[in-house]
Amino acid sequence: MSSPEPAVLEARYTWGGDEFLFVEVAESMSLAANFRVMSIAAKLSAMQLPGIVDVCPANASLLVRFDPDVLPPSTLEETVRTIEGDLAHHHDHSLETRIVEVPVWYEDPFTAEVAERFREGFHQEPGGTDIDYAAKVNNLKDAAEFIQRHHEQPWLVSMVGFVAGLPFLFQLVEREKQLEVPKYLSPRTDTPKLTVGHGGCFGCIYSVRGAGGYQMFGVAAAPIFDPAQSLADFKDFMVFFKPGDIVKFKPVTEAEYNTIQSEISAGTFRYRQVPVTFDLSRALANPAGYNQELMEALNGV
Amino acid sequence: MAFDIRNPGLATTVQDQGRTGHYNVGIPQSGSLDQYSAELGNALVGNTANEAVLECTYLGPVLSTDQDALIAVTGAPVEVKVNGEARPQWTRLQLKAGDELSFGVIQGGTRYYIAVRGGIDVPSVLGSRSTYSLGAIGGFHGRKLEAGDQVPVGSPLDGGAVPDADTVPEEFRPAFSKEQTVRIVLGLYDHRLTDEGLDNLLNGEWKVTPVADRMGLRYSGPGVQWKEREQPFGAGSDPSNIVDAGYAVGSIQIPGGTQPIILHRDAVSGGGYAMVGTVISADMDLVARAAPGTSTRFVAISLDEALVARKELAELKRNARAAIGAGG
Repeated sequence: MSSPEPAVLEARYTWGGDEFLFVEVAESMSLAANFRVMSIAAKLSAMQLPGIVDVCPANASLLVRFDPDVLPPSTLEETVRTIEGDLAHHHDHSLETRIVEVPVWYEDPFTAEVAERFREGFHQEPGGTDIDYAAKVNNLKDAAEFIQRHHEQPWLVSMVGFVAGLPFLFQLVEREKQLEVPKYLSPRTDTPKLTVGHGGCFGCIYSVRGAGGYQMFGVAAAPIFDPAQSLADFKDFMVFFKPGDIVKFKPVTEAEYNTIQSEISAGTFRYRQVPVTFDLSRALANPAGYNQELMEALNGV
Repeated sequence: MAFDIRNPGLATTVQDQGRTGHYNVGIPQSGSLDQYSAELGNALVGNTANEAVLECTYLGPVLSTDQDALIAVTGAPVEVKVNGEARPQWTRLQLKAGDELSFGVIQGGTRYYIAVRGGIDVPSVLGSRSTYSLGAIGGFHGRKLEAGDQVPVGSPLDGGAVPDADTVPEEFRPAFSKEQTVRIVLGLYDHRLTDEGLDNLLNGEWKVTPVADRMGLRYSGPGVQWKEREQPFGAGSDPSNIVDAGYAVGSIQIPGGTQPIILHRDAVSGGGYAMVGTVISADMDLVARAAPGTSTRFVAISLDEALVARKELAELKRNARAAIGAGG
């Protein structure tokens, strides 16, 4: 059975069979919850405890895979609880990360073609486009205003997963300004590679072609998962995004999209990116002002 | 040395013990779904447990070997044929250069394994030779086999002797039954089920549907009920929705409360459906053997009992290896 709620700390500890510990930091999504998850995950990973197999931070929870033959479950739980307790008592909530500019062709023909194949029975408004629907449910004037809201403020990679290298994105704005769009009524069996999608309060970029239920707004111009590791940004690892990365979408035209495709073919494409220190308290106190500062860091690149 | 794939079969892939350490970026563990059968196949031909094998799904391949090869076919019951003549399963077979290996109709279960001395010698990607089809990594060019593929076979490692016995005794061959009892540890989001929902999960009869593959198995049955609540921010509108979280391998999710899905080794690493429990590690091979229509009961056990079962499975493997005279 699930562990009972701890008296003082917020997180809920429960087991996924004999190889997984699940730590639910909060039921609701928030920047603060995601930050706590990332902090716990970073500290646990840094300990390099024998028997830890995978440390997987998610939006508001943490999944740890372990080998119970090496690391007894009770020892692992005690360790994570200690980390959680230590973090509750100190207030240096900063994260060394990077801000990355991601070029997006909004309202592109690739997602439009797939969307047309999944209307009746799949979509809330089979007669319209995903982006028109998204604008409507967010009480925005039109698709253009939705696109503006989508790219003018940056997003935090709150989790990487589902499939290889897919980032979940949480926009760095007040809750009342979060874009929320229901997922498709029934998941599609097809989604173009690099689709920029949205479901609930989360954005995402589909790293590979496949099934998906998020609304589709456009395509990212450059790869985010490169098993062949042919581009320079993938020299160290085939997956581009890490939890904690900050993403600034940049709208591009068809011509700009095509130029980027040529750079990718030539092997010369690089993401514009720069290291930044992300400060949670400043982000929460004045999101728009702090985001401006973060985005200005990209100007020098 | 190589296998020449004349007919690939339905879904034949290269698999080993899997790829851990990258689940945090969505790369699943992959590996042979029925690890026990794959390991004993390797043992019969004198390989280490982690050599890559071919996993065959329902319809096996037709292949020939360009050199003499020592092989063993383990896993789900199927007629094994060499140049059209029936040969025993769970038994080491000597193939001569040019021999053709093919299969009859599967008699139960879902997957069988071709182990070859020296192992399938594809490049290791992130520490494993297993195929992850969705990400197109590992295995043979990141995909299932196709006709005309030349699948490389490795040279036997030094010191890996072929065991004395050439067959796995009957008592160490798993059952491929149409009825299963699967042990689970309740947890994760089981508190979100109503009492009736939990009762249905544990006392209902569930049948494996045809929607079952390396990612997961979907079951039909009485359905379950979720407690009503005001959904947390970001969780989605259905009571079976949660804020997207990591999925334990073996965890059971019940989207909409209708059909439970057990996630297996190629499953997505996370998502927004509440999980109510997790199949214990010792029963993951059992689930892998479940063909559509298999009648299934879920039995809840404690974490401590799951750890005992884990030790029992390790001991069973040791005894099986000892019975054929394999090391380790």
